[in-house]
Amino acid sequence: MLKINQLHKSYKIGDSSLHVLKGIDLSVEEGEMVAIMGSSGSGKSTLLNIIGMLDVADSGEYILDGLPIDNLTEKKAAVYRNKFLGFIFQSFNLINYKNALENVALPLYYQGLKRKKRQELGMFHLDKVGLADWAHHLPKELSGGQKQRVAIARALAANPKLLLADEPTGALDTTTSYEIMEFIQQLNDEGKTILMVTHEEDIANMCKRIVRLRDGVIMEDKAITQVRASQYV
Amino acid sequence: MIKFLFDGDTWQELYDSIRKNKLRTLVTIFGVGFGIFLLIVLLGSARGMENSFNRLFGDFATNTVFVWGQRTAKPFKGFQEGRRVRLTLDDAYRVEDNIPGVEFVVPRNQRGSQVNRGFLSGTFQIAGDYPLLDKVEKKKLIHGRFINENDMKNKRKIAVISEDVYKQLFEKDEKAIGEYIEINGINFKVVGVFKVSNINMGPPINMHIPFTTFQQIFNQAGRIGWMVITAKPEFNIVQVEKDSKLLLKNTHKIHPDDRRAFGSANAGQQFAKVTGFLKGMQFLTWFVGIATLIAGVFAIGNILLITVKERTKEIGLRRAIGATPLEIKSQVILEAIVLCLIASIIGIIFGGITLMIINATAGQGPDATLVNPSVSIAVVLAALLILIILGVLIGLIPAFKATSVKPIEALREE
Ligand SMILES: Nc1ncnc2c1ncn2[C@@H]1O[C@H](COP(=O)(O)OP(=O)(O)O)[C@@H](O)[C@H]1O
Ligand SMILES: [Mg+2]
Repeated sequence: MLKINQLHKSYKIGDSSLHVLKGIDLSVEEGEMVAIMGSSGSGKSTLLNIIGMLDVADSGEYILDGLPIDNLTEKKAAVYRNKFLGFIFQSFNLINYKNALENVALPLYYQGLKRKKRQELGMFHLDKVGLADWAHHLPKELSGGQKQRVAIARALAANPKLLLADEPTGALDTTTSYEIMEFIQQLNDEGKTILMVTHEEDIANMCKRIVRLRDGVIMEDKAITQVRASQYV
Repeated sequence: MIKFLFDGDTWQELYDSIRKNKLRTLVTIFGVGFGIFLLIVLLGSARGMENSFNRLFGDFATNTVFVWGQRTAKPFKGFQEGRRVRLTLDDAYRVEDNIPGVEFVVPRNQRGSQVNRGFLSGTFQIAGDYPLLDKVEKKKLIHGRFINENDMKNKRKIAVISEDVYKQLFEKDEKAIGEYIEINGINFKVVGVFKVSNINMGPPINMHIPFTTFQQIFNQAGRIGWMVITAKPEFNIVQVEKDSKLLLKNTHKIHPDDRRAFGSANAGQQFAKVTGFLKGMQFLTWFVGIATLIAGVFAIGNILLITVKERTKEIGLRRAIGATPLEIKSQVILEAIVLCLIASIIGIIFGGITLMIINATAGQGPDATLVNPSVSIAVVLAALLILIILGVLIGLIPAFKATSVKPIEALREE
């Protein structure tokens, strides 16, 4: 599904440069559910953004679904993101003047689907996250958990191969976090490949594999027994 | 791109963005709308002013000069200064035959005389005229006709009287044509009544009689009061005036530099001043209108720039989920164009209404100052086209700004 070899990334800060990723090797198979852990500033988001084609590595190899990702133009990156990837953010990033359904259907707009088809698919995914009744509500009328579910529905709308989530529960209380995790686990059960960044142990333990970053390298990479979120809900 | 324009959602997106930023939309629409409103009202008024001037001057050949004799200011060839100069019919023929560019010369005579009709009487200015006069200053006849060749040949005792004379010598609603009036003790038949013109070069005239008749009854012989020289359209009337005067000085043995011997009034020069003023007005109008428009368009660009900045995160998100830079840019530019268009249409509508109001108030009646103030469709379309182009150009700046921030920067937390 995804293969990374000797990935390096550093940021320029004034005259000096900050070497954030110092040779990452990582491969993820289809259907996996991987937690990327590490202390704050260890480069988790940087890695996820490179995988998400929102950022580019300085050197190294990245192959997504058999496709080498390098020398991407902005346009091509946009098309790949739209086709292959679904993003879930800590702060949801819903468009505040669009209702839930419109937010969910937005990636389909950029795929060039017809309005009717978008509405249909959007409703289908909203229903999947249990928010069909909230389709015509604006984000400000939704709770944090509901917003994140709308965001997940949006990430799913374009039927991506890979879901990328950067601290998806970071802005939620524990109970809501578990609800969201339960839902993400369900998606994984259905076969979606999921990569999520978190610094919370309990959330990481609900994945199937934990990759720990420290000082720009992978310190530990192990499979775990998944803790089902459903038992807490 | 075509698909982009015809996709309902492009417009939905646009509508959302406009609706969401009501104040911004209003402010920008006001800016450009006011600009185009101003342009239309000013241009229309300038046109109205031109129309009313044309109406005023319309009855009058504008490439015309009046020349009359005065007294000499310099001694010449044995003559003393202060000699009286009298123009004759021969002078008129000479000018007509010898000066290049002369279309025709109309000799005229005039004097004040008592006119009676029964018990009614008045003193009026009477002119002896050629039928050709009608070509120099078109008479607006209310009834009847002007002097014709037949009148001239037979020295007929006919008169074309002004409205004022009619009012003084006739009862209200009385028929004038065919009636007789007495000039200098001689009966004249009234053949025409004319309306007094707003504009008049030369002395005010109350009635016209045939030149030949005038000659006879007032014993004028070959003398004429003044001549009206009209130049062909392609000739400069000022030059014609100079040449004619020089010729006249020559025949009357007047010093070439004598500036008092002949008096003259040049209608062409007066008219050119007015036309120049009108041209200036129009230029100023364009200048003011376009400056306002550009200011308005810049306001749109500026405000779009602010919105684009405000929406940095949203744009980053859109790009993260698959919007290409071109799609983002197109949307911003389209927004600029649509705002410009809506604004200009509103401006055009209000401008049009204002012109109609102006027309209904200042545009009515014979003394209207702004006759039929209007703007041609071509001007409106040109303004719209310019606005669309300006909209695209001004939209380019925020459009590039919108995609200049990488999605990852835009989406960064905190
Ligand atoms: N655009 C950037 N410019 C400079 N430094 C950056 C940039 N993005 C991230 N960093 C730095 O790189 C390091 C890793 O950041 P990040 O990947 O966000 O860490 P994490 O998500 O693990 O908390 C941090 O020290 C952060 O300050
Ligand atoms: Mg982070």
